[in-house]
Amino acid sequence: MNPLPLPDRPDIYYILAAFLLATGIFGLLRRRTLIGMLISGELIFSAASLNLMAFNRFRAPDPAVGQIFVLFIMGLAAAEIAIALSIIIAVYRNYRSVKTRELTELNG
Amino acid sequence: MTAFPASQMIVSAIFVVCIATTVVGALIAALTARIIRSVCGLMICCIGLAGLYYFLHSPFLALMEILIYVGAVCVTIVFAVMLAETDEPVREEKRWATLLWGGFALVISVAIFWGLWHMGAQQDWTAPVTRVSDGSVSAIGKSLLTTYSMAFELISLALLIAIIGALAVARTGRTKP
Repeated sequence: MNPLPLPDRPDIYYILAAFLLATGIFGLLRRRTLIGMLISGELIFSAASLNLMAFNRFRAPDPAVGQIFVLFIMGLAAAEIAIALSIIIAVYRNYRSVKTRELTELNG
Repeated sequence: MTAFPASQMIVSAIFVVCIATTVVGALIAALTARIIRSVCGLMICCIGLAGLYYFLHSPFLALMEILIYVGAVCVTIVFAVMLAETDEPVREEKRWATLLWGGFALVISVAIFWGLWHMGAQQDWTAPVTRVSDGSVSAIGKSLLTTYSMAFELISLALLIAIIGALAVARTGRTKP
């Protein structure tokens, strides 16, 4: 059938990245706490990283570029997590809750 | 390549295990009701992703994935779970509304998955003509300090601002009256 061995087929990585993105979006729509939404956001970050790495491995002329890009994504994800968790803790101190249904003061 | 028999099959089996770890971790992270299990699912997913990065010829990023995501991000989320009680609330609204929103989310994510699957699997992507570097750690380091030095400095600045901002935001309400 396919002469390439399994780890060298790029479409597997693309489909897995699409699955991770879809799972992240599903969790983002379904979760009802702030931390759950943050975890789903991390899944979306992982999907983007995996997609970049797959294109970097199979399609890019310079294999260092995608790795640097993913490294920057990891750094930004760490910064985002730090900021978002501190905001979540501040929200919890004020409202005693991190459920998205109860944080409706700006709802008009 | 190697003379060892069935080595190709063993490599493929390890690859399938990595994919299964990623998929199961992502499903646990998205579907469980308790947040702490969701964090553990994210950890499992990141470990599987690290294995996939290794298969994508980047052991450095595999190490970084485990170090940053499993070691830093997930542990930080666990701390936040400890500080704020964050289980999914019981479903107090009507049953059909929950089903409606769950079905809506499912339809959207399945549509995105289907579209990206077809785009990724059937598109005829062009392969590169030549490779200008080998993608090793030394090549990454060189281009990080020459071509991408501006972005490197900017991301260090962004991390510094994130640390200071996190301290400033989380500090409010802790001062003594």
